Parts: sequence; C-alpha cells; structure tokens
Amino acid sequence: MTRSSEWAVEAHGLVKVFGDNRAVDGVDLTVRAGTVYGVLGPNGAGKTTTISMLATLLKPDAGEGFVFGHDIRREQQVVRQLIGVTAQFASVDETLSATENLMIFSRLLGLNGREAKRKTTELLEEFGLTEAAKRPLKKFSGGMRRRLDLAASLIAQPPLIFLDEPTTGLDPRTRAQMWDTIRRLVSTGSTVLLTTQYLDEADQLADRIAVIDRGRVVAEGTADELKASVGESSLQLRLSDPADIEDARRAIRTVLDVEAVVSPEGSRITAPMRDADTVTDLFVTFREAGIHLQEMSVQKPTLDEVFLTLTGHGVEDEKADEPSAEEEKVNA
Amino acid sequence: MSAIATITPPSERNLKNHVSLRQTLANTVTMAHRGLLKVRRTPEQLMDVTLQPVIFTVMFAFLFGGALAGSVQNYLPQLIPGILVQTVITASVVTGVQLREDMDKGVFDRFKSLPIARIAPLSGALLADTLRYTIATAVTFIVGFAMGYRPGAGVGFAALGGLLVIVCAWAISWIFAFFGVIARTAGSVQGISFLILFPLTFFSNAFVSPSTLPSWLEWFVNINPVSHLVTAVRDLANNGTFGADGWIALAGAAVIVAVFAPLTVRAYMRKA
Repeated sequence: MTRSSEWAVEAHGLVKVFGDNRAVDGVDLTVRAGTVYGVLGPNGAGKTTTISMLATLLKPDAGEGFVFGHDIRREQQVVRQLIGVTAQFASVDETLSATENLMIFSRLLGLNGREAKRKTTELLEEFGLTEAAKRPLKKFSGGMRRRLDLAASLIAQPPLIFLDEPTTGLDPRTRAQMWDTIRRLVSTGSTVLLTTQYLDEADQLADRIAVIDRGRVVAEGTADELKASVGESSLQLRLSDPADIEDARRAIRTVLDVEAVVSPEGSRITAPMRDADTVTDLFVTFREAGIHLQEMSVQKPTLDEVFLTLTGHGVEDEKADEPSAEEEKVNA
Repeated sequence: MSAIATITPPSERNLKNHVSLRQTLANTVTMAHRGLLKVRRTPEQLMDVTLQPVIFTVMFAFLFGGALAGSVQNYLPQLIPGILVQTVITASVVTGVQLREDMDKGVFDRFKSLPIARIAPLSGALLADTLRYTIATAVTFIVGFAMGYRPGAGVGFAALGGLLVIVCAWAISWIFAFFGVIARTAGSVQGISFLILFPLTFFSNAFVSPSTLPSWLEWFVNINPVSHLVTAVRDLANNGTFGADGWIALAGAAVIVAVFAPLTVRAYMRKA
C-alpha cells in the first residue's frame, strides 16, 4: 500500500487498554511532514501511550497508524529507521558515561568505529556535554541527562522525532535551551511530535496542537484556534453569595453570549472573554440584579482553562489511574 | 549546527523491514561490548565468579575428600570437574537476574525503538556473560591446581573441558534469561532459578558416586544432563577422551537453546 509522504504521522482510532483502563481510546492524529506537532494534556491523558504506539514500543489494541506511509504494525522495522524517540524518563545507560552511551547507540545503528567516534564527538559538542563526557551518568543533572537522551535520538538523523515531555522538570534556562534545539531540528527538515503539559510550550513550538484527555483528542488546531475557542482571556469571578451562581451564569449568557463554567468547588465562575468592552455591561447587569462580587480577575488562557472549556472538567492529577511506563512493564 | 545536518527524506532512504543475520551478529557483539563496559564500571558484580569458586572448592574438598575418596588429594580429580560445572551453571543464574534488573532500566526502551535485531539485547547480554563463566572456570582450575590437582590429560584437555562447560552454561543461561524476562522482579528470578538449579546440580554425579544412592535417585542422577556434562569434563581433563557423555551434553545444550531462545525472545517482544 502506497501512501502519500506528505504526512509524517497518520493515526486513526488508536486504542490501548491496560486492564480495564482505556489509556488511549480512539485517537486520531495527522502530522504534516516538516512541522512541529504538540500533543497537550495532563498526566495520565494517554500522551505517552499514544507516542509509544506510534514509536512501535507498544502494540495498539485497535486502530491503525502510519509513519511516512509505513504501517506501525506491519513495517515496524522500517518505522524504527525513520524515528528517534526521547522518552519522558531518559533512556540512557546509567552505569556508562555519555561517550560510551553514544558510541554504543551509534554502533547499533550501523556506524563503523570511526564514524561512531566522529558522531559522538559532534553530538557531545552540540549538546554542551563534552566536559562531562567521561563521567558516569549517575553524576549528571536532569537537564544533562535529557540533552544526552535527545542527542542519542539524533544519531541516525531520523526524519521524525518523538519528544515525550522534553522539558518537564527542567529549570527555565535549560527549558529555553531545549526549545532552541527543537527549533533548530525543525529547520533541518525534521518533523517533531512532542507531548507537553504546558500550553505555553505548545504555543511556543508547535504549528498544530491536539488536546488530549482521558485517551481522546478533544480539540485540534493551531495554537491561535485553540485559544480562540476558550477566549483570548477569561474572566474569573467569585460571588459573595454562592446562591447567586445560577443568576450570574444567566446574566453572562445574555450579556457576553458565552457559556460560563462553575469551578468544581462551586464558588468560582470562569467565562471566556472575547471582547473586554462588554464586561462593563456585565457588571452593570450584576449591580442591577443585586449580585455582589467578592473577587474578580482576568486571566490569560492556561491549560486549565482550555481543559475546563473543552472537557467540562479541570486538570486532575490522574497519575493514580494510569500506570506510568515503568509500572506498565511490570504489570504486563 | 554541525551535528544536526539536513535530513534525508524518507523516500530517498534505503529501508528494509527485516534484519539480516550479519546485522544480528553485529548488534549482538555491540550489546556484548556494552555488557563488558558495565562490568568494568561495577566490578563487584564479579564476586560470584571469583570468590565463590574459591570458597566452594576448598570447602567441598576438605569436607568430603576424606570420607568419599580416602583423602583430599584422591578426591580432587573427581571433585574439580564437578565443582566446575556447579559453579559455572550457578553463575548462569545471575545472567537472568541481571537481565531482569537491566530490563527495568529506561535504556531498554531505547533499544526497543532502534532498528536493531530484536534478539540483540538478550543475545548480547548472554554473550557478555561467557566472560563471567570463563573467569569462574579459570578460578576453579587455579584453586584446584593450588590444592594439588593435576589433570591427567594435561592442561590443554582441561581447558577443552572448561570450554565445554562454558558452552553448556551459555545454553542453560537461556532458561534463566527466560525467567528473567517473564518475572516481575529480580528477586523472584533468583528464587525460581535456584529452585531448579539445586536439584539439578546436587542430584548429579558432581560430588558423589551415583551407586551410593537409593535406586530411584540413582535413576534420576543417571539421566540428569548435568551428570553427563560432569562425566564429559572428567573424561576430557583426566583421560583426554571425548565420548558419548560429551555428545549428550552438547545435544542437551542445543535442545535448550532451540527451545528457550525463541521462547525468551517472544516473551521479550511481548513485553516490548
């Protein structure tokens, strides 16, 4: 079967079930070659599981996936020649040094001794690891490990790179460095599929974003489209009397023409704010109706808002629901 | 940006969906190299093949020598091949335990995502472990030599006997590698493995003559492949001959590999 090579990734209805937990529940994704695609979602949303299936690390229970037109089930070995994977937990050998790690991966990828040595030196230089190259990784910081991990993914210069939460747990400076590296990768023609929990990261890097929640894609589009769907900013209100909440929502519906969301604890109202001017009218309406505010603020969209709006529930810590990659292996 | 050159588009790449035998061998050697690098970083992993043979050889020789063969000296030609087989096979259990520990590390995720032979992370680890068996063999012979053991057929045949043990231990290590892959924890691998290992090595002719045993046990000892291996090593080291026992040991090793290597790889792939 020949497929267009315009798409770096095509996935239709991917499903992965662990026990009675549908970690990935029918995910569709299409990633155009040469772009950065962000998969945005909270812990346990199914991001890592989706990437693992596309990277041939896990077999999908249903659905189909193609990497540059190659079937992720039937042509696993071909797919592996086209991808680089940088996992959430650095996939490098703790007991060895950075040099030894890169040498081994280079040799495994078919480089001869001299090529492997040259590649290793280049990559260590590129990722600022030359000085620490001989030390065992146990003494590496999180950022250094992550850089080494990314370096290892680039040895074969794969046209598609999976980055699973590339900056989670990094300090702001290291994060900015990682972003630079990702941008340079794309300028060489690579396609990057990255997962993240941070809207600003997806915003900074990704051409298109899929928001994923409970194993499903709940929204897809450019960063601007997504933000527009939740309003450029949102209006947050806390009422003096919680009994007024329904009246306040009704007022928001009439005046702002948007649907307000009440926070789970029931005291805070969030409403998308497309036009700041109309808010004046809303406050006038509130005064006339005798609804008193305890607190009000305007917030730029956060992942929390995107979620609240798209799914009707907030970002919850679902760590306990979905086993991490480590646990999955033990339970499998 | 020197290290990140322009990407070759997928359509211009020479892509294959199978791994050639040559690549499998090359990958295995690289993975074995990785195993050796790890040993260099953590030499304490070699305790079981350096100290243990010394202690066991000395202990068994002095404990049983007088009772079983009249003197320690007379017991050595019988004991050294026996203890050699027992030590090296015990060392092969550690292969499974270490494989389990290794597989729990993140680096195995990367191996799975690389276009390499699927078997290489396993076969490489098992190949690297033949170094451990070689060390155990050398230590056992050296301790025996220090205690006065002189192989009747000369050092060359003794070395051949050692080689036979190493080959068989490599084959047997596939069994423990299988447990290593399917077990949840390293501890349970050790538990299951020793449960199999102790009857196999002690209910053999490694330490005592089978004729002294009750008939049902004698029957088991005589069909136990470990007994054949021990006899083959004795024949080689003491008489310089290689007979039926040697062939049985090699055939047994071949059967084990033929059964457990595919099983292990399949279990490993399913986990992948």
